[in-house]
Amino acid sequence: MSREKKKDQQYTHLPYFGIPKLITYLKPYRGKLLTMLVLGIVGSIIDISIPLFQQYAIDNFVIANTLKGLPMFIGLYIVALGIQVASNTRTMYLASYVEMNIGHDIKKVCFNHLQTLSFSYFNQNSVGYIHSRVMSDTARIGELVSWVLMDSIWNLAYMVGAIVVMFSIDAKLALCVLAVMPIAALLIALCLNKLTVLNRSVRELNSKISGDYNEAIVGAKTIKTLVVEDKISSEFKQDTLKMKRTSVSVTRFRVLLWSSVSFFSFIALALVLWRGGILTQEQAFKVGKLSAFMSYAQGLLNPLLWVIDAISTLVNTRVNIERVTKLLETKSDVTDTPEVIEKYGDTFYPKKENWEPIHGDIAFENVSFTYPDGDEQVLENFSLNIPMGTRVAIVGETGAGKSTLVNLVCRLYEPTEGRVLVDGRDLRERSQLWMHSNIGYVLQAPHLFSGSVRENLRYGKPDATDEEMWEALRTVSADKVVERMDKGLDSEVGEGGDLLSTGEKQLISFARAIIGEPRVLILDEATSSVDTMTEQIIQKALTKVTKGRTSFIIAHRLSTVRDADVIIVVKDGKIVEQGTHKELMRLKGYYNSLYTRQYEKEAIQGII
Amino acid sequence: MKKEISKEKKNGKGERGKLLVKFLYGSKRFFLTSIIASIIVAVTDTVNPQIIRYTVDTVLGNKKSGLPKYANDLVSSIGGVDFLRKNLWTLAIAVMVVATAAAIFRYIQRMSNAKASQTLVERMRNLLFDHIQTLPFSWHMKNQTGDVIQRCTSDVETVKNFLSEQLIGIMQIVLQVGLSLTMMYSMHVKLSVVATLTLPVILIYSALLGKKIGQGFKKCDEAESALSAATQENLTGVRVVRSFGREKHEIDKFAKLNKSYLTSWLKLSRLTSMFWGLGDLFSGMQVMLIVILGVNFCVNDGMTSGELIAFISYNAMLSWPIRRLGRMISEMSKAGISLERLSYILDSESETDREGASEPDLRGDIVFDNVSFGYDNCPELLHNISFTAKAGSTVGIIGGTGSGKSTLMHLLGRLYDLPDDGSGGRITINGTDIKDIKAKHIRKNVGTVLQEPYLFSRTLAENIAITKDAVNMEEVREAAAIACLDETVMSFSDGYDTFVGEKGVTLSGGQKQRAAIARMLTQNAPIMIFDDSLSAVDAETDAKIRNALSTNLGDSTVFIISHRTATIMNADLIIVLDHGRIAEMGDHNTLMQKEDGIYKKIYTIQMSDPDGNEEVTA
Repeated sequence: MSREKKKDQQYTHLPYFGIPKLITYLKPYRGKLLTMLVLGIVGSIIDISIPLFQQYAIDNFVIANTLKGLPMFIGLYIVALGIQVASNTRTMYLASYVEMNIGHDIKKVCFNHLQTLSFSYFNQNSVGYIHSRVMSDTARIGELVSWVLMDSIWNLAYMVGAIVVMFSIDAKLALCVLAVMPIAALLIALCLNKLTVLNRSVRELNSKISGDYNEAIVGAKTIKTLVVEDKISSEFKQDTLKMKRTSVSVTRFRVLLWSSVSFFSFIALALVLWRGGILTQEQAFKVGKLSAFMSYAQGLLNPLLWVIDAISTLVNTRVNIERVTKLLETKSDVTDTPEVIEKYGDTFYPKKENWEPIHGDIAFENVSFTYPDGDEQVLENFSLNIPMGTRVAIVGETGAGKSTLVNLVCRLYEPTEGRVLVDGRDLRERSQLWMHSNIGYVLQAPHLFSGSVRENLRYGKPDATDEEMWEALRTVSADKVVERMDKGLDSEVGEGGDLLSTGEKQLISFARAIIGEPRVLILDEATSSVDTMTEQIIQKALTKVTKGRTSFIIAHRLSTVRDADVIIVVKDGKIVEQGTHKELMRLKGYYNSLYTRQYEKEAIQGII
Repeated sequence: MKKEISKEKKNGKGERGKLLVKFLYGSKRFFLTSIIASIIVAVTDTVNPQIIRYTVDTVLGNKKSGLPKYANDLVSSIGGVDFLRKNLWTLAIAVMVVATAAAIFRYIQRMSNAKASQTLVERMRNLLFDHIQTLPFSWHMKNQTGDVIQRCTSDVETVKNFLSEQLIGIMQIVLQVGLSLTMMYSMHVKLSVVATLTLPVILIYSALLGKKIGQGFKKCDEAESALSAATQENLTGVRVVRSFGREKHEIDKFAKLNKSYLTSWLKLSRLTSMFWGLGDLFSGMQVMLIVILGVNFCVNDGMTSGELIAFISYNAMLSWPIRRLGRMISEMSKAGISLERLSYILDSESETDREGASEPDLRGDIVFDNVSFGYDNCPELLHNISFTAKAGSTVGIIGGTGSGKSTLMHLLGRLYDLPDDGSGGRITINGTDIKDIKAKHIRKNVGTVLQEPYLFSRTLAENIAITKDAVNMEEVREAAAIACLDETVMSFSDGYDTFVGEKGVTLSGGQKQRAAIARMLTQNAPIMIFDDSLSAVDAETDAKIRNALSTNLGDSTVFIISHRTATIMNADLIIVLDHGRIAEMGDHNTLMQKEDGIYKKIYTIQMSDPDGNEEVTA
């Protein structure tokens, strides 16, 4: 039910193709846009006048058989050419300028807005989806308001100009030529429409084929053991065949489009040759005029194509505008009240002078919680007092929803009912940034940012000195990792930290978490993706750094949390058991069975 | 493996040519049609300006026709110039006929080119895909997925563009320019010489332009991917950003990259608009030159006005193609590199069976005879492993991480092969060395459930029945029932039609393992391997599945790798692996009698209350 509702919301169409939504972004560039349009019209006027030069040359020099006035003619011709080139060059640059700047501006606004959105948005929308809103939708909007706009104005101006000139030369003949246009326009529109559809399926097939390759390579071991190479191959061949057929269709319609354009140009030409020829015979027409008329008649079809293309782009870009608008109009679930912002500042401009120091007592007070995108209540009337220095462990199977409590403490989400208290005050009475600045977070998949080790450590403390960095690294035994790297703290870690092993990444992300001396430390399955050696190192460091801090340890390996002050056991999103290790083992419930299962595995490691 | 690398280096021009020939199989005739059609198009394109010239000069004016004899004969046969003067529509029809012919042949040309290039791409993709399937597993381990996919998609595209756009395009342009020039020379030599002389200038200019712009585009691409990567990082790391309160930092970083993307584009735009403008100026000046000189020639050198009009039309056919040609030349160098990257894949050696490899019945004893093995350039992982698995028996294997359990099974499934010289011992089934049996035959008969099973992006039913030609629901459900999956699946809203994979649901580790077991069961293989394949299911389900299996396995020989003694205690033979060596071997009872035995220790600990010791002390 709710999912369908969301879908409906997504497809509400904006009026006027969403253009009104863009006006704010266009404003700073109105001068440039105007110049661009004016110059575009100038350019097209010159384009229209060029055939007139040729006509003049034929009628006044060739037919009259004289060269009188030729220097003047050459001079004018050069001036016209000069203006044409200058205005075209400038128009192109301006179009590109507006395109890129508007793309830049909207990207910035989107990105900044994303930084304020709450977690539920990121849970509901995949990274790929959001990414293409920021990168490709914005680019297409930029294109629409620059190139597409310019193209349509230029071509419209050309068409209008050419038609005016044609009418001024001979109205009847001009009407003959114009009669061809509606049929051509209809054909062009049909082909373009079909092409849009086909191009979409080509894109889909393309990603299907990449996916096929991915499956064949990632699943190579499985494919081999099952001996299904032939089946997989023959299915792949169906995809490539479909791709071939669709691509050929694309060409078919594209060729149909172009050849109908050129065909109709020739119809226009033939009409002029016939009717115009008769006029010339009757001496009503000079040969030069006939030749100019032929140029216009032939030249009319291409602009028609571009204008129709611009219209179809406008229609298709509406979706992009709608998506971006939707992103920008999404409201965060977690916001600070005006009073809080007044006192503590917002995310971008914090008033740190008003921030109270944190002690580290945390309490859940009758907390009920339902995820904004879910229907099920995962916490019901939950209360737990966590005095400063407590080690809280949260255990359960992968995907069981162990992060919920931590999400609430970090105020990534807010309780549906009840309160989360820090040092006795509701979290909502302080700014989000205040809480976030006091938290050290180590994630299961250690996420480093591309850049140097130093830049990554500064993530935890922007003004950290080298000594502080080495101190933090030593605390978690990551100093040896950094020493081994060729440039020490200045060594690059690569995109997503890819130049380091998972274990090394985890150690550095651990150092990053503690360098700011946070009062609250969160370890989210911090050891699940590292080897045994690193795990032992982290375990040792863990005991050290949790001392004197309130810590939440989301654990995968249960042996690591046996001595936690309180263990919370989560199953299917809900808290099922709670207590110390001994109490829980005595219960012989879910924790007991989880523990036993892991113990079997560790028993072997202990012996062999 | 070393051989492959040296081969790639040796790959010279001849090899590249051979590869092209291989790719072109099936698309050659389309390419040929396209070339022939483009010749006809070029010829027809030159006819219309001639009709117009004739109309202006001879029909409307009163000059000599200048047409070849056959055309003059044609005119006189329908009634001579006078007839045409009275019936101008006939000339209009002539223009239409020529235009229609040109349109038809242009259609044929473009369509056959599209068919050619798409057939080519299809063939390249299929060849690559098939070849990747035949490559040994070690190759897959060595090469990065992203890199291989890139080769199979964008390099394929580059090669296609080279053949269908660049090569064919150059041919067309040369033809069109040649024909236009011929017509021009036939009308007025001096003016044609002038026109010809301007062409190299345009060509060189556009080639340089193409190169320069290409470099600019590369820079913009780099700036774009940096921006895109930063966005990606921000989105995937949203938890880190938020929990460290570093939104401001992220915004500044993004703003900087966004700005540099903007600047590099603006720089390129300035460059392109300038270069294009200059190019336009060149072309415009060239046309002007022709018009002015043409006028001069008309007045002083007996050129007719019809000729001038036609000449201007032909001249217009020169400038654009030459500009395109310049840019194409600057892009062609990419194709060679792409071909080399493709040949790396296609020249990698496929798995091959020994000569005379057979497909014997694989019901029989399996013997590991002094097997030692190490992966490429890695230290030996298995040392002198010898044991016999009796036909129809169950073998349990237990050992620590990295003790070589999975490797042992990879050898049996021939995912890796023992050295040919016999230095690593041998594995026989029913007395036949497995290297003398076809690899596919072995794998068909050795059903394997991997530790981290891979499910394909399709429905659950299709996944389970993947080794079958068609999905038989009864069979699927039966297998799923044995794997204790049926009930779970029925609780899904789409049941067996639930789509698995990227765009479908994510199954839990245990569900994946059970689906993989069901999938393997449909193979009805005489040899089965369970490689730690119940590690993610709880002890209860594990026991249920084993019960169901034991009644359904029939006379298959079964290998079970597990870290749970309960899972393997009923096996006929239990092997304890320790760092690649067999530490203990025997059935449960024998092993339990060993004082201080590893198996006994593990068993005792696992069967005891895991917290027993603490309970006592507490």
